[in-house]
Amino acid sequence: MSEAIWKMIRSGVLETLQMTVISTALAYLIGLPLGILLVVTEKGHILQNRIINTILGTIMNIVRSVPFLILLVVLVPFTRFVTGSSIGTTATIVPLTVGTIPIVARMVESSLKEVSPGIIEAAESMGASPASIIFRFILPEATPSLILGGAINLATVLGYSAMAGCIGGGGIGAIALNYGWYRYQTDVLLVTVVILILIVQIFQEVGTILAAKKRHS
Amino acid sequence: MGHIVYPYYLLFISAISIFADILLKYIRKRKEWFIYKMSGQTALFQLKNVSKVFHTKDSEVRAVDDISLDIFPSEIFGIIGMSGAGKSTLVRTLNRLENVTSGQVIFDGQILGDLSSKELRAQRRSMAMIFQSFNLLTQKTVLANVMLPMKIAHVPHKEQKERALEMLKVVGLENKATAWPAQLSGGQRQRVAIARALAMNPKVLLCDEATSALDPKITEEILSLLKDINKKMNLTIVIITHEMSVVEKICDRVAIISEGRLAEIGSVKEIFTSPKTEAAKHLILPAEKELNPFDITDRRCIRIVFDGREASEPLIANLVEATGEKVNILCANTKSVGGVGFGQMIVELPSEDDAVERVLQYIREKGVNFHEVQLEEVKSV
Repeated sequence: MSEAIWKMIRSGVLETLQMTVISTALAYLIGLPLGILLVVTEKGHILQNRIINTILGTIMNIVRSVPFLILLVVLVPFTRFVTGSSIGTTATIVPLTVGTIPIVARMVESSLKEVSPGIIEAAESMGASPASIIFRFILPEATPSLILGGAINLATVLGYSAMAGCIGGGGIGAIALNYGWYRYQTDVLLVTVVILILIVQIFQEVGTILAAKKRHS
Repeated sequence: MGHIVYPYYLLFISAISIFADILLKYIRKRKEWFIYKMSGQTALFQLKNVSKVFHTKDSEVRAVDDISLDIFPSEIFGIIGMSGAGKSTLVRTLNRLENVTSGQVIFDGQILGDLSSKELRAQRRSMAMIFQSFNLLTQKTVLANVMLPMKIAHVPHKEQKERALEMLKVVGLENKATAWPAQLSGGQRQRVAIARALAMNPKVLLCDEATSALDPKITEEILSLLKDINKKMNLTIVIITHEMSVVEKICDRVAIISEGRLAEIGSVKEIFTSPKTEAAKHLILPAEKELNPFDITDRRCIRIVFDGREASEPLIANLVEATGEKVNILCANTKSVGGVGFGQMIVELPSEDDAVERVLQYIREKGVNFHEVQLEEVKSV
């Protein structure tokens, strides 16, 4: 492989990391509150509200059930509206974020549900307000599980970002597709796959270590 | 006239003394009620016809059914019942973790049902609660756990820490401040929960089966800690339990709950020595098979119940001496309840009918409470 290709792979890795991390962060910015809302509006929970819960749950399921590749195409007008373009790294961040929000929300929901109902009852008996119960009881208790969920979500977004290569997104996925697949450069394909594996491994390991460090039960 | 007045005078005096006697007996019977009325204290909790109905798909369950009772300041009040009797629901109506279906819960003069959620939260800070499963935050240290109720109430951080350390000292865990709950034993975790409950200086401590997950020795330690806190801090304690031993150890008064209803209420001594309802008898007198007699025979057996008066007298020894008949003690179980000896014994009677009659006659003369036990019950061990 030539020096030029290596250089391209290097910048591709950086682009991929940029897309993955920024999209995941943005998805958490919206998905985390939605996940919390999904839990606390459930029947019998502190802010029980059937209407909000049903609407939110349905939207999440709809978005989640659209295959990501289709979502990419469907969102092109929206992406163009937000970033002014529908190709390139920055543009890819938009559909990545939208597609990841419901995944994050459901992941957060399942982490928060692991918190024992006894803890919430204890919080209520202390006279904690709903906000206190969420921020001082539920979230701290669920932190290790949330971190593990975060690592899983990063790996998922990484996979999605590679898909974005199909419709003009940047990053290592695009390189694998354009050189490895269309130009039959098997060596490039192999290298990119190995790099993707390594990145996922690192995300997962770091997540596991952080969660274990945080976990005291 | 003098010789006529004199007998009237006597009659008058005796009438007064009879009246005084009746009054005194009445006062003695309702001693606590009078003490609280005279001292001008009012009940900390007043429950008026409280009911709680749960609706399931095709039926409704009356978990709490028309219960009225008062809980007074500084007492240790027990609520006992078999599992499923509704006692846990009842205690949750005390701090409105459960809303009542009908009736009123009045805490410290305020009808809880009328409070807004903000006012209710403020009230809950003076009603602490501990649980069977401790419910400590596993991801926070012992100290952070104890500080939590104060953090919620926006107590200054420095004060939080000082108070938390002080409370950990009260429960004897000052050296565990930096430990994580997972590193503690069950008994220690419940102590942390108690420290956390005391942090906001509550008026009452509600204990929901607080010792049910602990072994007997640790239970004893936790109970004596609670008693100690009750004495030192003058803290009212409400204890929910299914174990009679818990009630007899520390409670002043007890309410027996059966199928959601209040079966009996009174001082622990009263209820123990003369349980009136089936539910109370069932809880206080263990079934024959639970007594575990070590020998099984074909002879007739009786159960003798001691209610304090006879405990000081060696009944069996005197019986053998007086009648010359030998009886065999199959099992016995005695304990001290509020300083009064209380217990029961299953005794195997002699084989001859006239000997049996002599023994029973003797026990009857002594005025001791007994009844015949069916052998099948004993055999079914």
